[in-house]
This record gives sequence, C-alpha cells and structure tokens, in this order.
Amino acid sequence: MTLDKVKRGQKVEICRIPDDLVRAQAIRFGVCEGSVVTCLEKLPAGPVIISKGHQELAIGRGLACKIAVKEAS
Amino acid sequence: MKHCHNLAETMAIPGGKRSIVLAGNPNVGKSVFFNELTGRYVDVSNFPGTTVEIHRADFGRDILIDTPGVYGVSSFNDEERVARDIILHADTVINIVDAPHIERDLFLTLQVIDMGLPVVVALNMMDEVEESGMRIDVEKLAELLGVPVVPTVAVKKKGIAQLKEALNRASHGIADPWLEEKLNSLGREGISRGDALLVLEGDEEVARCHGLSPGTWREDIYLRRRRRANEIANTVVTAPGRGKKWNKLAAQWMTRPLTGIPVLLGFLYIMYLFIGVFVAQTVVGLTEEIIMQEIYGEFIVSLVGRFLAEGTFLAELLTGEFGVLTMAPIYLLGLLLPLVVGFYLALSVMEDSGYLPRLATLVDRSLNGLGLNGRAIIPVILGFGCVTMATITTRLLGSKRERIIATVLLGVTIPCSAQLGVIAGLIAPLGVGYLAIYLATILAVFVALGTILNRVLPGESTHLLIDLPPLRLPRLRNVLTKTYTKSLAFMKEAAPLFALAAVLITVLDYTGAMQWLQDVLSPLTVSWLGLPREATTAFIMGIMRRDFGAAGLYGLTLLPAQTLVGLVVITLFVPCIASIMVIIKERGWKDGTYIWTGSLVIAFLVGGLLARLL
Repeated sequence: MTLDKVKRGQKVEICRIPDDLVRAQAIRFGVCEGSVVTCLEKLPAGPVIISKGHQELAIGRGLACKIAVKEAS
Repeated sequence: MKHCHNLAETMAIPGGKRSIVLAGNPNVGKSVFFNELTGRYVDVSNFPGTTVEIHRADFGRDILIDTPGVYGVSSFNDEERVARDIILHADTVINIVDAPHIERDLFLTLQVIDMGLPVVVALNMMDEVEESGMRIDVEKLAELLGVPVVPTVAVKKKGIAQLKEALNRASHGIADPWLEEKLNSLGREGISRGDALLVLEGDEEVARCHGLSPGTWREDIYLRRRRRANEIANTVVTAPGRGKKWNKLAAQWMTRPLTGIPVLLGFLYIMYLFIGVFVAQTVVGLTEEIIMQEIYGEFIVSLVGRFLAEGTFLAELLTGEFGVLTMAPIYLLGLLLPLVVGFYLALSVMEDSGYLPRLATLVDRSLNGLGLNGRAIIPVILGFGCVTMATITTRLLGSKRERIIATVLLGVTIPCSAQLGVIAGLIAPLGVGYLAIYLATILAVFVALGTILNRVLPGESTHLLIDLPPLRLPRLRNVLTKTYTKSLAFMKEAAPLFALAAVLITVLDYTGAMQWLQDVLSPLTVSWLGLPREATTAFIMGIMRRDFGAAGLYGLTLLPAQTLVGLVVITLFVPCIASIMVIIKERGWKDGTYIWTGSLVIAFLVGGLLARLL
C-alpha cells in the first residue's frame, strides 16, 4: 500500500521513502522507515497530513503515492 | 587547523572574541532569545555571498550570533549553508529546543554534539508543555545528552538568567561512539571534528574544500541519530500530553477545502483592507502626497533652484519630474516604505502564527498543474502587495524551474497593491460583467502560462514536504522586530535601484527618446488594441511604475470595452522598473530579458484578442 491510499484516522508504518534528499529531510522531521504515523487529514486529490506525536507533516499527493506503508497494529 | 570558510574573516569578528551561536529548528523562538540575551544593539547583515540575514550583537566579552532555523546541519539550501558555516566555527552553541517537539528537535541537538562543539540546551516553551499535561524529565535529558539543559519560557523571560549562567558549563556532550572509528578512518589531520563529520555525512562543499571525497554515510548516520533521538525522547518524556483543542480545530479548518477556502478569502479581505485601503490609500496619502511631495518636494526644488537654473540637464537630473532628489526619494520613502512596512507586518503575523504552511497545504493540489507545489503560494500572495518583494521570496522554492515559473507568473499576471487600487477604481463603474471578464482573462493567462512553462521547462518540480508548526498567537515584539529588520534590508537594496531608474528615465525624457518611443508604439496602440493614441503614454509610464500606467488611463475618455482592454494590457504589461531590476538580479540578464519581452508580447497579444472578441 502507498501513503495516498491511507484513510483519515488510520495508523500506518512507513516502509519505504523514495529519493535520498526526501528521506534525509523526513528523518530530520522525525519520520523514517519504520516510523508509525497517523493520517490526520487527506485533502481531495491533494496533500496527506500525517502526525507523529506532536509533529505534523504535509506531504504532496505526488510524493505520498511513492511512499510505501503497511497497516500498523 | 585548516579552515576553508574562515568565519572570523567573512563576518569580521574582532580577534580574541568568542562566538556564541544560537542554533535551533525553525519556529522555536531563537529570535526571542537573541533579543533577551543581547538587548538593543543588534547588527543585521547579509551573510557574505548570500541573501540570508544574520543578526549578531556584543554579548559580554563575546559575540552572540543568530542562525537561520534549520532541522539539521548540511547544505540542502542557502539558509542551511549559512547555519552550517556559523555553527562549524562556534566556540559555544546554545541549542534552542522546542520542548513539545523535543523528538524532532533532538536530531539537531545530537548532530551538534556529534560535531564536538560545546553545547548548552535551552528547553523552550516549557509553559506549553505544562499546559498540555506533557512531562519532561529535564535532569535525565541533561544526563543522557551530557550537556547542561535549562528549561525556559523565553517570551516570559523565564530561565534566561539560568541559561547565561549555564554557558560557563557548556560541554561537549556524549557523541555517538560508533562515529569515532569512522571519524578516525578519515585521517583527521588538519580538519576539525565538525568538518570531518559533515564530510562523512556527504556534504560536498565541506569535502571539496578539504580535498576529500564526500562520504557515503549520511543515511546510516542520520538513521542512528534519529533512533537515538527517539530513544532519548521516549525516556525523558514521562507523560505525552495533549495538544490544545482550539488549536487542533483551527488547524483543521485552515487545511480542509470546505472551510479553508472561506478562511483564506476572509484573510485576503482583511489584508486588502489593511494594505490596499489603509496603507495604500490613507497612509500613503499622507506620506506621499503631503509629507514627501508638498513639504519635502517643494523644499528640495527651491533649494536646488537657488544654485541651478531650471531646465538645464543637471537641474532636470536632480529635481526634474523624474529627478534623483525628487522622484526617487518621494516614491521610495513616501510610497514604497509604508507599503513595504505594511506588507512585512502582515507577513510576519502570518509566519509567526503558523498559517502559511497550512495555506501551502490547502493550495498544493491547484498549483501542481502549473509545475509548482504549495509553497509557491507565499510569493504569489506577496505579489499582490509588491511584485518586487515577492520576486525575492521565490528563493524559498525547491528547484530552479519552480523559481522561474513563479517569477514569470509574478512578473506577468499579478498586479501589485498600488496598481490594484487604480484598477479597482476604473473597473468598478463598469459593473460586474466587465469585472468578471477582467478576472477571467487574468486567471486564464496565469493558468495557461504556468501550464505551458511546466511542459516546456526541463527537469522536475519538487513535491510538497513541510513541517506544520502548531498555531500560535504571534508576539508583538517579535513581529515588530522582524518587520523592522526586513524593511530596512529592503530599503537598502531598493534605494540604489531607484536612483538609477531616476537617472535612466530623465535621460530618456531629456533626449527625446521617450517621445520617439511613443511614436513608435502608437500603431500598435491604435490599430491593434483599438485605443486612442494617447494611451501609449500610459503604457510607457507603466514601465516605470505599474499603477502609473493604470492611472494614465484615467485621463482618457474611453468606452467600457476600451477601458477593459487597457486594464488587461496594463496588468499583463512589464512589471515596474524596480521589479525588473530585482528579476534581473535574481534570475540573471538572460532570463530577465526573456521575462521582460515575453510580458510585452503577452500583454499586447491578449489585449488585442480581447479587443476583437468584445
């Protein structure tokens, strides 16, 4: 599954983030492969907003559909 | 020790003074600390070779230097490069950590510790931590990091004295032991630990200046550091706490389209009332017409008139219609300064409140088709105030193609606040129908231009990936300080451009070149656009200042359709001289010339087509 398929309120684990720079930036924001995040909001055909603790990130749809995730228990 | 980028030299730090550097993520309150620690005498300068502003001030016997907010030290963009160079040369680092976001912020803290610099951590916004029910074990944090940690609430001046005291105890902290072997394998002779670490992390610039090849360890080091940051955060945060309810709700309203769009429209309307009506009309009416034109203008003309006969070239150059001592200061101080101050005030409020990133999220989808991501909304919004300033902010966009697209859209389609006032005055009597045609035409050009550039320009645009900071009420003092420093920097940049423009136009006028241009352009005006010959003057004035062009149409008797065509041409027409100068400065002569001629072609093409359709 990719991040753009996630439903609002759903918890997922990040499996793979493409692109070295994007990955490095995400790690600095606090999100890396293996992180469990919650989908806070999904704008129609637009960005996905995820949260991890108090941290919130907005991710463009084009990037979200390249981020592999799996359902977190 | 070899220094490739000698900070003491580039920043002119007096010998013997230690540099104490403030470092932290964006929006953690660094500038509040800076003001609290140093008081009034702050030196703001551009970091050599960049446009990033650096604040520094005397701090006891040392010097305190502020750095741009960054999530980590590397060279992803200009601001990071500046922060990197300053941090690498710090004698002591004060790392400001946003306590509610401790997990995110510890990445930078650990990176600075890994760099081997003496650190003190200020754990800021402890009031928010307490209010939310979150709990942080400060002593444990100090123990795990191996550096002094001082809990603070900078805006309430809490913990500042303790922080000053703790500076003497700044220590190297506990670095990741795994790094030692890697650092040693690099052969660290003549290279500082900080530089060595960045080389390992693949920083090409730092590697190049030491004659080393950039390391391939970034991913490993970053992941280890992220895990360690998370572990430390998990250990010291003993209760997670909850965000404020109103805060979450408001944040939701701002990003969901159904509520976000009305919120945006309301916001734009308030901005229009403040900048477009209050500043552009009431304040400018006072500063430009009364203070600068009547009082200053008459004074300077009569003063120069005592020494120079009227009508001579020198008199024209100094105090003529476009004089260096008349037009330049009158526009700069009377018109531009109030608009710039008003705009930076609004921008600072938006920045400090956390609204901008949410707005960027809201509009991301709409901008994707134009080859931009949501962040580009910031220059576009600014453009409605002043295209010149907005062009400067295109720097924050992620790739060169995005910067080009945004600059073109700004230069061609976005009317600035001065122009908007005149346009509104001309179009209002024509009724809603004409207004709708005007708006639709400009919007169509905006979308078409963006779409075409997106197809034509090589490369790929970056995707939106931004941190959404919590919504916070902006601090008055912080907003005022920001507005002051940014306005001052803008004026310093604009003043020489204005003087130059004054000279240029006076020469054109005096030599009769202006008249010649009017003659050359008139066939285009009359036969293609169907406007009276005199409209040419308005266009030529429009090159100098966009609202002049629109104002020039006031004096003509025009049919409604002619007015509309005239306004469309004036809007799409070349940006004012100040904007062109800034575009050339930002994008270079080649792109600048393309944009300039391109906007001329588009303006007359669209205007002519519209004249035939109506």
